[in-house]
Amino acid sequence: MLPSPSDDQIASRRHWMSVLAKSPAARLEELWRDLAEPPAYRFLRRPEIGLTMIRARAGGTGTVFNLGEMTMTRCAVETATGHVGFGHVAGRDTRHAELAALFDALLQDPARHDEISATVLAPLTREQETRREQASRKAAATRVNFFTMAREA
Amino acid sequence: MYVAIKGGETAIDNAHALLAEKRRGNPAVPELSLTQISEQMALAVDRVMTEGSVYDRELAALAIKQARGDLVEAIFLLRAYRTTLPRLATSEPLDTAAMAVQRRISATFKDLPGGQVLGPTFDYTHRLLDFTLAANGQDVPTPEPADEPLSADLPRVAELLNQEGLIETAEDGEDGPVGDLTREPLTFPAGRDLRLQALARGDEGYLLALGYSTQRGYGNSHPFAGEIRMGEVTVEIVPEELGFPVEIGTVTVTECEMINQFKGSKTQPPQFTRGYGLAFGEAERKAMSMALVDRALRCRELGEEATVPAQDEEFVLSHADSVEAQGFVQHLKLPHYVDFQSELVLVRALRAEAEARAEQEKGSEEKE
Repeated sequence: MLPSPSDDQIASRRHWMSVLAKSPAARLEELWRDLAEPPAYRFLRRPEIGLTMIRARAGGTGTVFNLGEMTMTRCAVETATGHVGFGHVAGRDTRHAELAALFDALLQDPARHDEISATVLAPLTREQETRREQASRKAAATRVNFFTMAREA
Repeated sequence: MYVAIKGGETAIDNAHALLAEKRRGNPAVPELSLTQISEQMALAVDRVMTEGSVYDRELAALAIKQARGDLVEAIFLLRAYRTTLPRLATSEPLDTAAMAVQRRISATFKDLPGGQVLGPTFDYTHRLLDFTLAANGQDVPTPEPADEPLSADLPRVAELLNQEGLIETAEDGEDGPVGDLTREPLTFPAGRDLRLQALARGDEGYLLALGYSTQRGYGNSHPFAGEIRMGEVTVEIVPEELGFPVEIGTVTVTECEMINQFKGSKTQPPQFTRGYGLAFGEAERKAMSMALVDRALRCRELGEEATVPAQDEEFVLSHADSVEAQGFVQHLKLPHYVDFQSELVLVRALRAEAEARAEQEKGSEEKE
């Protein structure tokens, strides 16, 4: 039995899994190709396409309801070093789920963590922040001030 | 009564070949790609995802292409495809307060903390046909971004009213079972969870008309668009094998919080009440209509007398789904030969009877 991970470990794993899922699959492919030592691996679960039911709350905070589904793909891999990685990604790109699972496995490997963190996670995080900021700045340019027309007394 | 019919295979095959040819249109005109549809017909894609109830831009674009642009047919195709996929997970409820906002407006407070953000809106356009779009290869203007991004903290309008206690609070829903129309059929009375799901999947035109009716006097709802926001929200699931929440991606949604005057009841003081609308993509008309109808359907819980069509839950929800509605209407064109044959026999017999009776009455009149 493996020791259960600490809250910090879970938090950092959640962060990288989020970044991997939200990055374009084509970028993950590039970074995979750039790896000096790609690991040998096998599938624990071949990529599988299915649906997630998306839930929301009435008024944003109230009664939970089912809004509608979205496509997703999941996958599990084990590297030659015995690290198990999971990929859960929106959409139907099986390669995206596979690469997300592979990087998840590598990031859990203490021998590879720092390298992958610097060469994969850091640029992807930066790119995501830039994309988000760009979109937000474009929206911010459409911010208006409405004035009500009041008659002078 | 349905009776199997045979024959017509060749004619049906030929009809489908003809359909495929018509779908392609003039072969001299370049064929549309799915990315062209999802990029340039984005709001059609959004509508098909919302009412088809599957968020997947590429699948929705394919459905639109296959349906020759008939969005209700495309919604049907997407719903049908959905049934071939397993359900792998159920998400945590979306946190729309944490949305990466692209648009956010309020018709009730002009000085909203965080500001009014118009975003990519049709509002304030002159609705004049733009013939520069008719010429290909137009230069697209590049919007100048602001120096600073939007504030990460954009409080909900409902929260502002809540500080004065003038609006009903949406209690955190109990973690009870959440109804799912894709698993069990709708029964009445329906809880708000099922009503909202049915409205989210419901036909936009139908909800627009019902929402409009509440404004025109079939209902007394005095609505204000308290807040409309559109942008990306993160979808999070808790995979069994991990036991902690994992973000799998983002979806763009449009949210509308309608605020309605409420005179109060025996148990509740006068205050504002809320109607809620949420849809995939940029779907403001849909979200607003949904919010109006959601509020109208809350009459029972608020102790209001149900007197108008939009308050009639069974009527509203039973007819909201375009896939069911078009199926039942369009089945009328399928062969009903045996049905009709029996009606023909019946009408002939009734006609003969009526004629015989008229003849008899005429005879007795002549005798008098």
